[in-house]
Amino acid sequence: MKIAVLVFPGSNCDQDMYHALKNVLKQDVEYVFHTQTSLSAFDVVTIPGGFSYGDYLRCGAIARFSPIMKAVKEFAESGKLIIGVCNGFQILIEMGLLEGALMRNEGLKFVCNNVDLRVVNNKAKFTQQYQENQVINLPIAHGEGNYYCNNSTYEQLKSNNQILFEYVNNPNGSMHNIAGICNKAGNVLGMMPHPERAVERLINTIDGLGVFESFLELKNQ
Amino acid sequence: MYPSSEEIKTNSIYTQMGLNNSEYNLIVKHLNGRLPNYTELGIYSVMWSEHCSYKNSKNQLKKFPTTGKNVLQGPGEGAGIIDIGDDLAIVFKIESHNHPSAIEPYQGAATGVGGIIRDIFSMGARPIASLNSLRFGELNTARNKYLFENVVKGISDYGNCVGVPTIGGEIYFDEAYAGNPLVNVMALGILKHFEIQKGVAKGIGNSVMYVGAATGKDGIHGATFASEELSEASESKRPSVQVGDPFLEKLLIEACLEVIHHPKLVGIQDMGAAGLSCSSAEMASKGNVGIEMNLNLIPQREKNMSAYEMMLSESQERMLLVVEKGFEHEIAAIFQKWDLHAVTVGEVISEEVLRLFHNDNIVGEMPVHSLAKDAPVNNRESKIPEYFLKNQCVNYIPNIQHTSIEFLWKKIMAQPTIASKKYVFEQFDYMVQTNTVKHPTQCDASIVRIKNTNKAIALTVDCNSRFVFLNPEVGGKICIAEATRNIVASGAIPIGLTDGLNFGNPENPEIFWQIEKSIDGMVAACHAFTIPVIGGNVSLYNERSNTGAIYPTPIIGMAGLIEDLKFITTQKVKNVADKLFIIGNTKAEFGGSEFQKMMEGKIFGNCPDIDLKKANLLNSSLIKAIREGLINSAHDVSEGGIAVAVAEKLFDTNFGAKINNCSNEDDIAFLFSESQNRFIVSSKFEKELVEIFGDNIFLLGEIIPESKIIFGDNEIDLVELENVWKNSIEKCLKN
Repeated sequence: MKIAVLVFPGSNCDQDMYHALKNVLKQDVEYVFHTQTSLSAFDVVTIPGGFSYGDYLRCGAIARFSPIMKAVKEFAESGKLIIGVCNGFQILIEMGLLEGALMRNEGLKFVCNNVDLRVVNNKAKFTQQYQENQVINLPIAHGEGNYYCNNSTYEQLKSNNQILFEYVNNPNGSMHNIAGICNKAGNVLGMMPHPERAVERLINTIDGLGVFESFLELKNQ
Repeated sequence: MYPSSEEIKTNSIYTQMGLNNSEYNLIVKHLNGRLPNYTELGIYSVMWSEHCSYKNSKNQLKKFPTTGKNVLQGPGEGAGIIDIGDDLAIVFKIESHNHPSAIEPYQGAATGVGGIIRDIFSMGARPIASLNSLRFGELNTARNKYLFENVVKGISDYGNCVGVPTIGGEIYFDEAYAGNPLVNVMALGILKHFEIQKGVAKGIGNSVMYVGAATGKDGIHGATFASEELSEASESKRPSVQVGDPFLEKLLIEACLEVIHHPKLVGIQDMGAAGLSCSSAEMASKGNVGIEMNLNLIPQREKNMSAYEMMLSESQERMLLVVEKGFEHEIAAIFQKWDLHAVTVGEVISEEVLRLFHNDNIVGEMPVHSLAKDAPVNNRESKIPEYFLKNQCVNYIPNIQHTSIEFLWKKIMAQPTIASKKYVFEQFDYMVQTNTVKHPTQCDASIVRIKNTNKAIALTVDCNSRFVFLNPEVGGKICIAEATRNIVASGAIPIGLTDGLNFGNPENPEIFWQIEKSIDGMVAACHAFTIPVIGGNVSLYNERSNTGAIYPTPIIGMAGLIEDLKFITTQKVKNVADKLFIIGNTKAEFGGSEFQKMMEGKIFGNCPDIDLKKANLLNSSLIKAIREGLINSAHDVSEGGIAVAVAEKLFDTNFGAKINNCSNEDDIAFLFSESQNRFIVSSKFEKELVEIFGDNIFLLGEIIPESKIIFGDNEIDLVELENVWKNSIEKCLKN
C-alpha cells in the first residue's frame, strides 16, 4: 500500500503525517508537491494540517485550485481513500468532497489541547479498529474548526452514518459536537483532531493509531 | 526631498536619528572628510544604534564566558551552536521585541517570533521550538489587558502558522512594565554539524542575492526606534513597526533549508534589525571584503522607493545570500519552487566598502568595518542608586494576624503572576512537529525529543526581575540558578544559555549600575555552574517618560541535554507510596517575594541570598538521584514558595498531601518565603536520598488519595484551589 502526503505552500503537519506513517506505522509513504498532477501511484492520499497559502482569504480556499487537486477529485471519485486532517479537512470542504463549513471557533481563539472524542460510527473504513461509542483522546490545534451545516445536510449525515467522531466537551462550537465526518461513499474522511500527533506514547496518547490501522487493516483483508 | 549633506551638518539633523555630535564627526572621519548624505547617515545611525552595535553594553558583554568544549559557535552570528553528540547540534537564541510591541502589540510580538526563527534557520538549522518571556503591567487597566491579549495573539498567529511549536514561557505582571511591556522570544533549532552556515561574504566576484519577501516602507528605522526611550510621541513611530507574514516565513524556512545543501552557497544572513544595511555590512565586514549593490534590482512592494527607504526598511521574511558566481540560477530555482523572490543585486568586491548604486548614481559608499566591528563603544558612568542603599537596611518580615492560612494560600494562587497560564498556552500550537514530550505545566522545563535518537532537549526561560531590581548582583545570580533548577528538575544537564538583557536608559548612571552589577552576578553564576553564554540580545532604553524604567530584566534562556529519555522527570506526584521531601534550606526571606507584593502592594528590602557553590552541589546531587532512578517527581521552589510548589505538584493529579512545617521558621515563612536553592521531590527512597543529600533534605509529608492539602490544623480543598488558580487570568480580563 502506497500513501501520499500532499504538500501545499504553508502545510506544516506534512512532516508529522509522514513521520507517523513512515517511522511509526512502517508504511510506504511519499510527499506529493502541490504542483504535481498525478496520484496514480498511490492507494491512499492524506491532506495534512497547516496553513495552506497562509489560510488567507479563507482556510483551504486557495489550496483547492492547486494543480494536484484535479487528481485528488478523480482519486475520490474512483473510491480510493482520502484523509484530510485539520487544514486538510478545511480543504476537502472547500473542494466540495465533504459537506458543510468550518467557521471560526466560537471563542474566537485558536485552541490547542487534548480533547475527548466519541467514536460515533465504528463501521467506517477509518474507524473499524475502534469500539462503538469508544471515547478516545486526541489533540486539536485550530482556529477555525467550528463545524456547521444546514439541517437537511445534518439529517443526511446522520442517516448515512457519516458522522464518525464527536466531541465529548465541545471546544469550538461545532454543531452537534461534530469533530469528523466522511462522505456518503465512505472513502473520504475529514477531521479536525490530529490522529498523526497521537501515535507514540512518548509524546501523546496513541489513540490516533486506530484511524490509520483501520484502513491498513482493510488492505490486508 | 531629503536634506543635503550640508543641511544635515548645519542643522544637526543627525540628532533626530539618535546620533550625537562626536558620533557625527566620527562618521565624517570614516568617510575621509566627506560629509555623509542622508542615506549614509541613516545607515550609520541604525548600524551604530544600541540594537545593532551594542555600543553601551559591549564592554559588559565581554565578561561572559562564551566558550566550552561543546560550543561550536559563540556570540557573533545569528545564533549560538552547541554540540549534543551523534553529529548533531542545537542552535538557540533569545531576542527582544519590546518597543514595537509597546506601540503595536500584535505585529510587534508576531515579528519578534519571525525574527528569532530566521536567526535559527539562517544558521542552517530547522527551528523546532520557541518559548517566550513576557512582562506586562497589572491586568487592571484596559491598556494593559489590550497589550497582553494582543501580544499573545500575535505570537499565536505567527508561531502557529509558521509551524514551530511554542512550547513554553513565563509571564509576570507588575506595574514596572505598564509603560514598557517586554516581549522576548527564544527559538531552538537542530542541525547536523556539516549543515552549519555563516553570515559571511567571501570570494571576489561572487554574487550577492536577495531572497524572500519584497521590500516595503515598514519598519524604517526600527533599530533606532528600539534604542531610545518611549514617550507619547512614540505612537507616531508606528511606521517603525514591521508587519509580519508567517506564511512567507514558512516558505522561506523550507527554501533556505533546501538551499544550504547547495555546494555553491557561500554565506547567508537574515535581514533583521537594520535590514539590508546590517546584513550586507556585517557579511562584508566578517569576510574582510566589500559589497556593491544596485538598489534598482531590489524587489520592491511600492513604486519609487528611495535608497534611504530600501536600506533602512525592516520588512520581514528576507535573507541575503552570497553565492558562487555562475550558480545564481540554480539557487534562484530553489526559491522559485517556493514562489519566493531570488534576485542577484550585487557582488563581492575586494575594496572593503559598502557601495550602493541607485538610478545609475552612487548613493552611498562607506567602509564596511566602520559600520560593523569598528562601531563606537561607549563607556558609561555608573552610580549606586539611592533606592538600593535604602533597601539594604530593611529586613521585611510580614506581620500576619487574623488571616487564615487557607485564605492566604488561595489568594497567592490567584495572583496573575502565579496563576495558571492556560489562557495563553492554549492559544499556542505546542505540539506541531510532534516532538513536544512535556510542556511546562507538566515539567519545570519544556522538553522536545530529538527524532531518531534517544535524546531530548529541556528548555526554560527565566528571570525574577524583582530580585534583580532589589539587588542586581544577587538577582543576576538567582536568575541563572533558577533556570538551572528548572533544567535539572526535568532530568537534564544544563549545557548553555542565551541572555535577553532588558534594561532602562544606560545613559542614566543608576541604570548603568544595574546593568553592570546584574551582569557581574550572572557571570559569577555562569562560572559556578560552568555554563557558557552562546549568544543573546540587549534591549536598552526600556522606559517611558511618565512611568520610568522597567525593572532590570536579564532573561535567561537555558538549554539542557537529556541523554536518555528515561531520565525525563515531571513535576507531578505519581502515587501514594511516595513521600514528599524538600531539598534545601528555608529561611524567612520575603524581599521581592510574591507574598510581599500581595500583602504590601510593592516590593522592598533585600532579595533572598544565594550560595552558588551550594546551588551547584544540590543540582549535581539531584541529577545523580534522578539518574539512579530515585526520584518520581521534582519541582523547583520559586515564586510563591513552598505553598505554590506543593499545589502545582498536586494539580491535575488525583492526589493530595499531608504536609508539615519541617523548617525552623514560622508557618508563614515556611509556606511563602522564597529562599533559593530548593526543590520539592517525591520518592519512596528516603534512606538513599539522605545518603545523597545529607542534611540538605527534609521530610515534608506524605501523598494521600484525597484531593486536599492538610497542613497542621488547616485543610485546603484542592479542587477549589485549582479552580482559583486556573480561572484567575480570565477573571482579571473580564473585570
